[in-house]
Amino acid sequence: MKEEILGKKAIEIADMIKKREVSASEVTGLFLERIEKLEPELGSFITVCAESAREKAKEIDKKIDSGEKVGRFAGVPIAVKDVLCTKGIRTTCASKILENFVPVYDATVIERISEASMIVIGKTNMDEFAMGSSTENSFFGPTKNPWDKERVPGGSSGGSAAAMAAGEAPWAIGSDTGGSIRQPASLCGIVGLKPTYGLVSRYGLVAFASSLDQVGPMTGNVADCAAMLEVIAGHDRRDSTSIPAQRNEYLEGLTGDLKGMKVGIVSELSGDGIDEGVLRCFRLTCEILESLGVICEEVSLPNFEYALSSYYIIAPAEASSNLARYDGVRYGFRARDNADSVWEMYEETRTGGFGQEVKRRIMLGTFALSAGYYEQYYGKAQKIRTLILRDFEKAFERFDILVSPTSPTVAFRIGEKVDDPLKMYLSDICTIPVNLAGIPAMSIPCGLDDGLPVGFQLMGPALSESLILNVSFALEEEIGFDAKPQTFRA
Amino acid sequence: MAIEMEDVEHVAKLARLKFTHEEMKKLKRELDAVLEHARVIESIETEGVPPTSHAIPLVNVYREDVCEPSLERDEVIKCAPWAGEQGFMVPKII
Repeated sequence: MKEEILGKKAIEIADMIKKREVSASEVTGLFLERIEKLEPELGSFITVCAESAREKAKEIDKKIDSGEKVGRFAGVPIAVKDVLCTKGIRTTCASKILENFVPVYDATVIERISEASMIVIGKTNMDEFAMGSSTENSFFGPTKNPWDKERVPGGSSGGSAAAMAAGEAPWAIGSDTGGSIRQPASLCGIVGLKPTYGLVSRYGLVAFASSLDQVGPMTGNVADCAAMLEVIAGHDRRDSTSIPAQRNEYLEGLTGDLKGMKVGIVSELSGDGIDEGVLRCFRLTCEILESLGVICEEVSLPNFEYALSSYYIIAPAEASSNLARYDGVRYGFRARDNADSVWEMYEETRTGGFGQEVKRRIMLGTFALSAGYYEQYYGKAQKIRTLILRDFEKAFERFDILVSPTSPTVAFRIGEKVDDPLKMYLSDICTIPVNLAGIPAMSIPCGLDDGLPVGFQLMGPALSESLILNVSFALEEEIGFDAKPQTFRA
Repeated sequence: MAIEMEDVEHVAKLARLKFTHEEMKKLKRELDAVLEHARVIESIETEGVPPTSHAIPLVNVYREDVCEPSLERDEVIKCAPWAGEQGFMVPKII
């Protein structure tokens, strides 16, 4: 049974459950067994929901057996990044300050996956408050990359990416503020999509940088990615930045027909600063695109050079404001009750509750917003953001989509960059412009360099998810990336 | 222009974070490095460029001002590290 399920698409597993070829309980049991076996070495999960998942699976089996109506992907387990509120399941954001926080409501995304009768199998590890590119900044310890356990899985959705690569879940959910879905997807050899800002509700997503955060699918293949997007996308009146757009039929759009399309290769992201091995895989993939009848041309987006600087002002500034809510009063960790004053309690709670990188970003953001520096840093960064948006708009007049490598390197070693913030920040150089512009982008695996996966990034105009999914679908077919880490076969 | 030690101390106060002198010195170095990198944007011509705060333009969204059920008070208070019967408890404020 194990071989039958493992390696199958999540949507195929859903079909098998519906046809009663396998039960939801068997599927859930299989993945829970794998989690139990692999977790001591990987650390993909912060919380495993074994009991509630088994119960839910039983319920679904009962319903299917008695012919009752079930959701679209009934009985398929899903791993959820621990940044989304789950009613009754602790939600930590990998922080000590939320170590014992049990939400009293579900995020909209969780409501939607529950309506589809999917089963939350566990909450995955991440960089604390999604701040990081390696999942090393977790209060619960780092996640290891299933391809090489001495290396990072990327971040901040590293737990979800590692769980996917190791076959601990059939699909997963992540969040992406500057590349936190796409970069770990790239480093772990899976598919990850950051939707258009506003396509997926942020209600119940713990806020990092509100104008950049988006929730998205992390899957083993493009069809699963399209299917999950159909489940989670759509307007939500509880998120005032939610786009009142029509819901798309993303799966139906996967035709694989790309004839006559024009693709721009971003020069700023496919030369200096990108590792040679990554570039080799990237260029080969561009040639494959051409073989599919696509016209590929280089295009320059000159303001990309300033994207990283602009992002590392804007994101910490928003974070410093969002994280002001952690004061030890309404929920989460409190340093001590017998402090002499409430001010002392605030300070001790925050000092004892936040990790190093979170404090660093709060400091950076508070500085950028403080009197005398606001215009010089935050104001300027917002104007640069406009220039980057305009670069994209101009490029999309000539090209249907743009492409680049997803990450400048393959998975790096644990500890390699963690003490040098700037070096770590450079890991996001290819993914950040997309968040600043609010457009959708995805990463698909396009090959191996030295035995480690390389990601190919596709970026499209706002609400062009169908288009980038379709190009990814055609590429996936043609590339035939079927490599799996040893861990997957364990 | 490097960030001054007094700036770091002032910002820590604003952010309600406490650091030892050693931590403060390390933070100053790290912030300096990031701000140094960010300084390239100072030289970019942005005369007449409007700032972007949200990339996808949406006009302010209002809803009808109608009462709806919200979360149960007791449930919510249960999440607090220290709760009384009626609300959240904190140390002395004044």
